[in-house]
Amino acid sequence: MSIEILDPVAEVIDNAPANRRLPKLGFLGWLSVAVIAIALFFAIFGPMLAPYDPTLSNLSYSNVGPIAGHPLGFDDQGRDVLSRLMAGARTTIFGAAFVSLIAIFVGTTLALLTAWFGGKTDTFISAALDVLFAFPGILLAVVAAAVFGPSLLSAGLALSIAYSPYVARVLRGAALKERAMTYISALEVQGFGALRLTVRHLLPNISALIVAQGTILFGFAMVDLAAISFLGLGVQSPNADWGVMVSEGKTSLLQGYPLVSLSAVFCIVSVVAAVSFLGDRLESSSRGGNR
Amino acid sequence: MSDLLTVTDLTVRLKMDSGMREVITGTSLSIAAGEAMGLVGESGSGKSMTAKAIARLLPDGAETLGSVVFDGVDVLALSGDELREHRAQVAVVFQDPRAHINPVRRIDDFMTESLRTLRNVPKGDARARAATALEEVGIDDPAKRLRQYPHELSGGMLQRVMIATALLSEPRLLLADECTTALDVTTQAEVMAILDDLRRDRGLSMLFITHDLELAGAVCDRTTVMYAGQVVETRAASLLHSDPLHPYSAALVDARPSIASTADRLRAIPGRPLSAFESPSGCRFAPRCSFAQDACREHDQVITELDGGFVRCERAIELRGKVREGAHV
Repeated sequence: MSIEILDPVAEVIDNAPANRRLPKLGFLGWLSVAVIAIALFFAIFGPMLAPYDPTLSNLSYSNVGPIAGHPLGFDDQGRDVLSRLMAGARTTIFGAAFVSLIAIFVGTTLALLTAWFGGKTDTFISAALDVLFAFPGILLAVVAAAVFGPSLLSAGLALSIAYSPYVARVLRGAALKERAMTYISALEVQGFGALRLTVRHLLPNISALIVAQGTILFGFAMVDLAAISFLGLGVQSPNADWGVMVSEGKTSLLQGYPLVSLSAVFCIVSVVAAVSFLGDRLESSSRGGNR
Repeated sequence: MSDLLTVTDLTVRLKMDSGMREVITGTSLSIAAGEAMGLVGESGSGKSMTAKAIARLLPDGAETLGSVVFDGVDVLALSGDELREHRAQVAVVFQDPRAHINPVRRIDDFMTESLRTLRNVPKGDARARAATALEEVGIDDPAKRLRQYPHELSGGMLQRVMIATALLSEPRLLLADECTTALDVTTQAEVMAILDDLRRDRGLSMLFITHDLELAGAVCDRTTVMYAGQVVETRAASLLHSDPLHPYSAALVDARPSIASTADRLRAIPGRPLSAFESPSGCRFAPRCSFAQDACREHDQVITELDGGFVRCERAIELRGKVREGAHV
């Protein structure tokens, strides 16, 4: 045997930075993190921290603008706008999170089922999803409100069901591609079961896409839930919710006091933008790192 | 016979859109314990399919005739746990290591998963065995490598991880399917050296599939040449190089560019390689063979013993010693 071992150390690629756990986000990325952190903080503690009772109305302050102690003024019912924003963070943010989590869970499960089993399972589930696609989320929410009575829960469940096919459709493609990879067949041949292969091998490989889908859905869910509350089918007045506030603010808006609606709109837009941006960043940084 | 693996008259048909297509016809080969057998041939000659048939990794719907006997057991009849046990004894290392490893799991998980979950080896023991195996294939600081992800290792390093992983199931036969083709030359030499050492230390039998006759000659005891799904020659590896019996083997030897000769053109074999299902009746190499006569095309060639080797050419004795000069006239 005339072949010698050369220097095995020479080919080591040392590209692992010390702080690889922290993805590079940039200024806007960290700003998004900050916005989300603040939003979460108020979602959890907002109702307790609100300086005034968010449902206490005092008609003598109707549509009064910012004054000392009430930096955002009062709405047409004379309720403190800042207190209502803080209290409303909970239903708005947790509602949207609930919708996107359920939709992601259902959608991912369906996508993995179709990708793994293929054939008739795929045909059946895909056909069922096509039917669901035909119903807009708002329409399903209206139907749910008609059947179960208007509440955040029924609206949220209806939206989750309406979003699931979108998740399933996008993830199915990614899962099918991953399913066809050689390493999956190699593991299959060794005798690993379907559950282990899908959960421990397939799922982590499409996780970046799942995160991206989740953040996009969170944005949609927040806007749609606000729209449903605006229609009066979600959170019920006088309970505070950003969507309800936009809705209720419209009378003030027409009377020349835009701050009620605008402050709620500003909150919705900042949180949606922050979540979408962060999801995008996380997805692209994980793509850059792993492949 | 003390052969570990005996393949007799193996014919493989694969299911294609257009029906069943034959990719291997009547292939026979045997590998003794501790022997390294080279398997060379052009693309589509059936080398990889032979290896896949031995490991029972043929695609769905494949038909096999003939027999593959490993250590006295008929491989083609195995199923369930016995098949799994067979695959533990016959390890396969493929060309592209990166395609065979989950990119988001650590080397540690990759190497120990089957030990832990399918063989119930405790986690600590499995990791220790993985580290030992990595040392055996010449990887320094195995503890560090085990913690890394596949994208942090180079191709050569990853191929060594593959070989180490294959060794964890304590195989007796290693099928190396072009496992060094994608590596650069120095890395290729390292990997070959490792395989050669392992074979000697562990008494591992090897089927070494490659395009590269010289590489096969360097590490193998015998070499089998395949063309269009058939074995055309089996010979001691060193002799195949200096004294090939079959015109195709001779042409393969000559097709390699050489530093010594300053020919203007490389000596390619005329025509294109054929697959088993599209090859003509009679001698399958006849359309590209410069020695072909009408008789060659009329009847199928049988494999005969000659000078310690086997050759599938009826004019082998007559052409003895002339195949190399005459291969390109």
